[in-house]
Amino acid sequence: MGVEQALSHVPALRRYARLLTGNAAQADDLVQDTLERACAKWPLWRPGTALRAWLMTLMHNLYLNQARDRRHDDGHASLEQANEPSHEPLARAPEMIDLQRAVARLPPALRTVLLLVSVEEYTYAEAADILGVPIGTVMSRLHRARESVRAMMGPPGGELPRPALELVKK
Amino acid sequence: MTESTSSIDDGDLHAFVDGQLDAARLPAVLAYLRAHPEQAVRAAEWQAQRSGLRAWHRAQEPGATPGAMAATVMRHRRRRDAAPWARAAAAVALLAIGAAAGHFWPGSAGPADRLASAPAFVRDAAVAYAVYTPEVRHPVEVSGSEQDHLVQWLSRRLGRPLHAPVLQDRGFRLLGGRLLPGAPAPRAQFMYEDARGRRTTLYVAVFPDGAAPRETAFRSLRKEDGESFYWMEDGYGYALSADLPTAELQALAREVYAQLYPGR
Repeated sequence: MGVEQALSHVPALRRYARLLTGNAAQADDLVQDTLERACAKWPLWRPGTALRAWLMTLMHNLYLNQARDRRHDDGHASLEQANEPSHEPLARAPEMIDLQRAVARLPPALRTVLLLVSVEEYTYAEAADILGVPIGTVMSRLHRARESVRAMMGPPGGELPRPALELVKK
Repeated sequence: MTESTSSIDDGDLHAFVDGQLDAARLPAVLAYLRAHPEQAVRAAEWQAQRSGLRAWHRAQEPGATPGAMAATVMRHRRRRDAAPWARAAAAVALLAIGAAAGHFWPGSAGPADRLASAPAFVRDAAVAYAVYTPEVRHPVEVSGSEQDHLVQWLSRRLGRPLHAPVLQDRGFRLLGGRLLPGAPAPRAQFMYEDARGRRTTLYVAVFPDGAAPRETAFRSLRKEDGESFYWMEDGYGYALSADLPTAELQALAREVYAQLYPGR
């Protein structure tokens, strides 16, 4: 049983990475890096445990490290720019554009929790395992993520306000 | 406010939205939402975010797995297999397969031959099968409707004449094919599909004189996601892979062999 099992998870990883990065090319780079990391660390994977969750852990570590490096290099504004979604087939629906922009503006640590729970349907405990944080941190990040998106989406038809993270700290 | 609803916190509301709420708490949460319309609005907006994200996710169509991703994993696998213990493990697996299946054809392979691990191209074929047969939109690079062009193109790239067997009589039509990385020459994959949507791939590797793996009889390699029948002939290596009953796949393989090497 070898690392080639990871290939059956690649389509799911690529779809998820597109939401995480907001950009198809960055998403594929991230998945490629994840597979290389998986090959290098393959002896550490314990057969019988969920391979998808292990790959998700590798991908999130890479993603959060890269996001942190980029912020240190370029400042926060360019990170937000880089995450502007640009390839979305559903982009014609205005609410969808607002939602995508709001998610792109979330700090990476909040975005990861929101997507793991909402899209991949991991339990809070599984998300905590994948991210290597306590479950209480998952809950508070999830809450901050949802309240930030709510604030950014604003009232229907309203202007898009700036993220108001200080208002929603739990 | 009753005592039970006063203990409801944000965590309960998130769990409610995400379907992770303990069933025993559901009545208290519902009562709380009825008593606090502004909280009900908030939970509904979270719910809408969740639905929107899921719709966005469903709309993603990343297409065929890029060759670089498959190549990364295949390279690693080959390095691993170079280790003697890995070869030994593969040999043991093959011995088990050989003993269980007993369908070697057309030659007769002795027990010593069965111990030899499968040639690298067969594992590449199994990986390529696993990667490309689940593709809904891009299973092939060139469609079977351009069969002449497809076969000419792949023959040119592999440097030897190829043929795509016709398996229509057995219910499988040619979907098309693709070029895949390989050494010393690129490889070809033909994909077929039957009326039930079951897919099978014929993977072809070519080897220059002296570089070919030893000629083998007809053999099989079983993995959890399917089985490959493979053989070597005239410097070509073939692997027919599918997730089909062994007898059906074996019959298909015989048909392929008969068309490629009539009279042998």
